[in-house]
Amino acid sequence: MQPRRRRNSSWRGRICLFFGVPLLVCSLTGCGKHETRVEAGDREQILYEGNGGEPQELDPYVVTGVSEQRILMTLLEGLLSQDPVDLHPVPGVAERWDISPDGKTYTFYLRKTARWSNGDPVTAHDFLESYKRILTPSLASEYSYMLFPVKNAEAYNQGKIADFNQVGFKVLDDYTFQFTLENPTPYLLSVINYHSAWMPVHLPTIREYGDPYLRGSKWTRAGRFVGNGPFVLAKWQVNDVIVVKKSPTYWDRDRVRLNEIHFLPIESDETEEHAFRAGQLHVTETLPLTKIDFYRKDYPNLLHIDPYLGTYFYRFNVTKPPMNDKRVRRALALTIDRESLVKNVLRGGQLPAFCLTPPGTAGYTCRTQLHEDIAEAKRLLGEAGYPDGKNFPTIELLYNTLEGHRIIAESIQQMWKKNLGIDVRLVNQEWKVYLDSQRTLNYQICRASWIGDYVDPNTFLDMFVTGGGNNETGWSSPGYDRLIAEAARTADPQQRLEVFQRAEAILLDELPIIPIYFYTHVYARRTEVKGWYPTILDYHPYQYVYLEPTANQSH
Amino acid sequence: MLRFIAKRFLETIPVLFVIVTLTFFMVRLAPGGPFTTEKSIPPEIQKKLEAYYGLNKPLYHQYLDYIGNLLKGDLGPSFKYATWSVNELIWSAFPVSLELGCYALAIALILGLGAGVIASLRQNSAADHMSMSLAMIGICVPTFVMGPLLILVFGLGLGWVNASGWDSARDRILPALTLGFVYAAYIARLTRGGMLEILNQDFIRTAHAKGAPPIRIIFKHALKGGLLPVVAFLGPAIADIITGSFVVETIFQIPGLGRFFVTAAFNRDYTMVLGTVLFYAVLIIACNLAVDIVQVWLNPKLRFE
Repeated sequence: MQPRRRRNSSWRGRICLFFGVPLLVCSLTGCGKHETRVEAGDREQILYEGNGGEPQELDPYVVTGVSEQRILMTLLEGLLSQDPVDLHPVPGVAERWDISPDGKTYTFYLRKTARWSNGDPVTAHDFLESYKRILTPSLASEYSYMLFPVKNAEAYNQGKIADFNQVGFKVLDDYTFQFTLENPTPYLLSVINYHSAWMPVHLPTIREYGDPYLRGSKWTRAGRFVGNGPFVLAKWQVNDVIVVKKSPTYWDRDRVRLNEIHFLPIESDETEEHAFRAGQLHVTETLPLTKIDFYRKDYPNLLHIDPYLGTYFYRFNVTKPPMNDKRVRRALALTIDRESLVKNVLRGGQLPAFCLTPPGTAGYTCRTQLHEDIAEAKRLLGEAGYPDGKNFPTIELLYNTLEGHRIIAESIQQMWKKNLGIDVRLVNQEWKVYLDSQRTLNYQICRASWIGDYVDPNTFLDMFVTGGGNNETGWSSPGYDRLIAEAARTADPQQRLEVFQRAEAILLDELPIIPIYFYTHVYARRTEVKGWYPTILDYHPYQYVYLEPTANQSH
Repeated sequence: MLRFIAKRFLETIPVLFVIVTLTFFMVRLAPGGPFTTEKSIPPEIQKKLEAYYGLNKPLYHQYLDYIGNLLKGDLGPSFKYATWSVNELIWSAFPVSLELGCYALAIALILGLGAGVIASLRQNSAADHMSMSLAMIGICVPTFVMGPLLILVFGLGLGWVNASGWDSARDRILPALTLGFVYAAYIARLTRGGMLEILNQDFIRTAHAKGAPPIRIIFKHALKGGLLPVVAFLGPAIADIITGSFVVETIFQIPGLGRFFVTAAFNRDYTMVLGTVLFYAVLIIACNLAVDIVQVWLNPKLRFE
């Protein structure tokens, strides 16, 4: 009898080990159904938002990413601010502004109630000092070019002139600030109203913690950061959370309804989606491709698919055969079934792209459109010396290692094989290696994308001027360069868009790139988040956002 | 013993030097750099950036600068996270990984030793087969499957714990289980093997014959020898477990050190790569040294060698 009993007890012991330990820990820590974090947040007006990766920095002149931009919008406010519905410029620190008839002189009248979070008034001198800081060459600000429309800003930034007084910024009095531009720049206000490069910084604070004209100053830590935005930085825990709290000194503080925003740097989209479903997030940054159908079916009220100012395309290296032949490029561009790609492969409501600039960008929709035409493509390929794909060398299609890019590349590989009879080899490289290959033209065809810096066709089209830093195709057209330069000089908005039409027609005739689809922003958001609208840049001014749970909320 | 420790300590210095040197030059061989971004940076800005971080100097010069700073204990600024130094990032993340690692290690030891000892005592019984099958599953099921599975059941299904995060005590449970289970599985198999070898030896039979109670035989006589393979395994395993796991930290959104190992390489954050590699190397060496000492204590035979 005894051995048998012993065996029983060992079984019991094992069961205890496997299930008892977690249960014990659970009972000690008080597991069980409990109020979720977002439910508590709803009561306290605390918004929990997934924010992609860990911000590289919170100095507005050093950062380059969307995650950082989103946080900075809460901490700093520029001369202008954004309307929450369509992001058009609305008064910020400036309560009004004038533009001279030639479109080259902008005068801003600053409100006297604007304050830094330490109580100092925000004056025109602050803006002058700030813009001097971002343009100072030693700071090496990657987005300093955002200020280049201003007279001599570029020359100062490149060290060609040393006297900042020659740059087109002028303080007329403590509360009046003026810029003079090189050329009329119709989109300027819609950059000033959101971009971190145009936000002011509090120079005395930066000086306290290091040289303001060098990187690496430690002024952006919680407790040190002095801003003028609707929120102040309360906590920054690396890879964990950034907390901002409602600012008591913000001039429009009565409008602000959220007490806190917690930005969570969740890099994995799966982890983020789990956190959302577990009631830990109000809004996600993104949604895994594989979950879109699940949300469509089970939580359609939480799934959001908003248009987004970005284009997915393939680059050709036009310096090497066979891609140096326009007919070959055209044949490849005409044989991609974009509708099917968007509908069956991507499934996130993307739009097939038959031109580069997303339709309706600041009132511009390209009139020239590519079309899909297999017969024409075969004819062109034949003309180029490869009838039915005969003798066509195997070409390489490069993409950075990511599941989504692989699926698209495989689909296009099949389309080209089926329609043109040509062989494509897929090559994937790790992100930085891929960027390096792209930059050094060490590829034949390569996956690319472009997210607009501001809502204007120029942000897409000036990419392909000869020698442009982001051209990366080896393509050059003097006619195209002339048109882009002409658009910059044209003051009349309608006439300017016409110039862009002609430029994009050249681009779509020469095809150094193949547009594939226009992005959408796919994410999940709980229904109690109010004051949040679909905007093309995916920015949502937080002074207008609030939480209002409706009775018997399902999720 | 003191001489042994001193000798081992002196041996580590050239090892660390070789590690730093190899890592320094290898990380520079990778294409792309810390400032290679999707939107190209104007060449003048690129030059200024490189000058600020000293990347414009000849490579040997940079290496000497790095070694000089290293001797002062300064691992340099992070190239990616511009406002933080590598020292700050490691010291903010390491305590988190260490805490999680301790829980995971406790789970691994309790489950692993328990299952291993039981299996070895009841060799070829149902209990043995079951615990060894579980251990096999533990070894085979990767953490990136185990983690989400636990989240689905306990986080989303039952709602007992948060799906991710590192705020409350409750948030420690799932990641500790995920991380601990893999090690538990290895420990169980090693314990079983070690114990079986010992249990067949003469001195155990003698103990039985003399009428010593079974509990005393297991804990006093057998376990000491049976644990030797486990202890050898634990050296590198502890270093590994307390420096964090990239997968577990990503799945559960834990602000630990494990993620930096991988993201630093992707970001070409040269100083961060060097800092984490060096830190890990120091820990491995320290743990191995500790293991050697414990082994000498456990195994009298080694004391003569």
